[in-house]
Amino acid sequence: MKFRSFTLLCFSFLTIALAACKEDADVLAPAGTLDIELDHVVGTTPLTLTTGTYTTPLGQQFTVSTFNYYLSNIRLKKADGTEYAEPESYHLVKESDATTKAFTLKDVPAGDYTSLSFTIGVDSARNVSGAQTGALDPSNGMFWTWNSGYIYTKLEGSSPQAGGNKQLLFHIGGFKKPNNTIRTVSPSLNGATIQIRKDRTPAVHLAADVLKMFTGPNPINFATLSNTMGGSSSVLVADNQAAGMFRVDHVHAN
Amino acid sequence: MRRLVLLGLAGLLLPACTTEADVAPAWEVPGTEVPANFPAPVYATSQNPPSREAFELGRSLFYDPRLSRTGDISCGSCHQQFVAFAHQDHRLSHGVDNLLGTRNAPALQNLRWRSELLWDGGAKHLETMPLAPITNPVEMDETLENVLRKLNADAGYQQRFERVYGRRPIDSQQLLKALAQFTAALTSSNSRYDHYRRHEAGGELSAPELRGLQVLRQKCGACHAGELFTDETYRNNGLDRTFAADSGRAHITGRPQDAGRFKVPSLRNVALTPPYMHDGRFRTLREVLDHYSGGMVESGTLDAQFRRSTGGPGIALTDDEKTDLLAFLQTLTDTEFTHDQRLAEHR
Repeated sequence: MKFRSFTLLCFSFLTIALAACKEDADVLAPAGTLDIELDHVVGTTPLTLTTGTYTTPLGQQFTVSTFNYYLSNIRLKKADGTEYAEPESYHLVKESDATTKAFTLKDVPAGDYTSLSFTIGVDSARNVSGAQTGALDPSNGMFWTWNSGYIYTKLEGSSPQAGGNKQLLFHIGGFKKPNNTIRTVSPSLNGATIQIRKDRTPAVHLAADVLKMFTGPNPINFATLSNTMGGSSSVLVADNQAAGMFRVDHVHAN
Repeated sequence: MRRLVLLGLAGLLLPACTTEADVAPAWEVPGTEVPANFPAPVYATSQNPPSREAFELGRSLFYDPRLSRTGDISCGSCHQQFVAFAHQDHRLSHGVDNLLGTRNAPALQNLRWRSELLWDGGAKHLETMPLAPITNPVEMDETLENVLRKLNADAGYQQRFERVYGRRPIDSQQLLKALAQFTAALTSSNSRYDHYRRHEAGGELSAPELRGLQVLRQKCGACHAGELFTDETYRNNGLDRTFAADSGRAHITGRPQDAGRFKVPSLRNVALTPPYMHDGRFRTLREVLDHYSGGMVESGTLDAQFRRSTGGPGIALTDDEKTDLLAFLQTLTDTEFTHDQRLAEHR
């Protein structure tokens, strides 16, 4: 036993020594951090809750009073295919709370990452895993009680073109076929690499475009769809979201 | 098992002559063992390891009317122990401000074995299920935030939660985990039928009861299957022609083929839990059997097994078979469960 420990120790020193000259050696590579920052826009305009008025490509005006969503299971991938997956990766982002619009991935193994992916929503397992805490605490108002499961994206607002009370209520969620609205996306880094190093603090600036909920493969007409809480109409919106709601605005190296 | 039963019995006898505090060390959390004739549970004890203190916390919460907006409706208001945690004589659930719900409050028993709860299966986990009645405007009509505010304003609760979970303030995870300690403990497995199945003392079934069991397994067993007497599916048992009032499972899935389908309920303690069906329309088990033998109506989603080559939908049952079935159903009554002092409201 003693002998084995000693051997292990020698190997460890050797590996550390090697890692020092070869930066992205996987096992004992030093870890760094990555900041993720989110900007909310409507087309080319920054999102302003309540007072901002926006227009869809169908010419319908709307305002937004609530814009919340889950961004989860964040993964980074190197050119050689090795991946880093953030543990307990559940982030609730709210336009109304600036502190939620930036967060840091810690202990990311050093290296050059060439792609980023994440889920808009919450994986199906966590929808049925019982009482959760933190971002997934049901008191965050992103949990359906009568048909239990998370609301992945919650957009509320109003539009003169919407039927009835003119309210927009887009609660996108659901994890069961055929109305599964979990979408995993990998917005292009536009050729940039995310360089994780012990002594750097790189950042990825993501833009989330509200307009893309209503445009894309399924243009949304508020006259016919202004209220969805899961189900097939939520799938239409989820498909729009997957088609490009998130884009990488830029990557900061430091 | 026998030891547990003895402890249970001791629990029944002691409160008569001593105070609860005196008995406290004598018993264990109920429902922690899987009865020999039951399948493996869905919600294993490892997911929320039972402890006496956490269970007692859940018990207090279950009977605490502060969980409702008006402060007068607790879980126990509509789920009464003496009728296997169903609501006696109430066709529909009865919530705050005397509002009536749209469905019959079901018995709460053997919830460890349920992967989906409520008549339509909308609640997919035992721990998060209470959020449905707490927030339902015609049940408890309260917000999770308010419930936590009220609990955190109570020094007694604060101390008890902290002893169990080691942190303050009380959060929703603690609340829901504690409630699940109690609801998961509601195991009913000591009916006369259970003793019969496990070849235990007190497990003698009479000839009519045994015949009733045969009829049940033959003619009702496709749905009321296994030792829990339900296959946990959703089915349309021919109550209505249309489902505008309550689409049942379709309300959850959005699929037209699920309209009028409701969860097949367990038959355990069924003699204690009238009225019957999701809307409590039948007052007696005799009425239920008459419905199956001759009262069903056709609809597009009617369960296929009720369709017959001749005549209307239903199950062929003779009067003798009905009499035997009614005799057997009585053997599913578990008075040990309905009298277990550990599950009763604290006095």
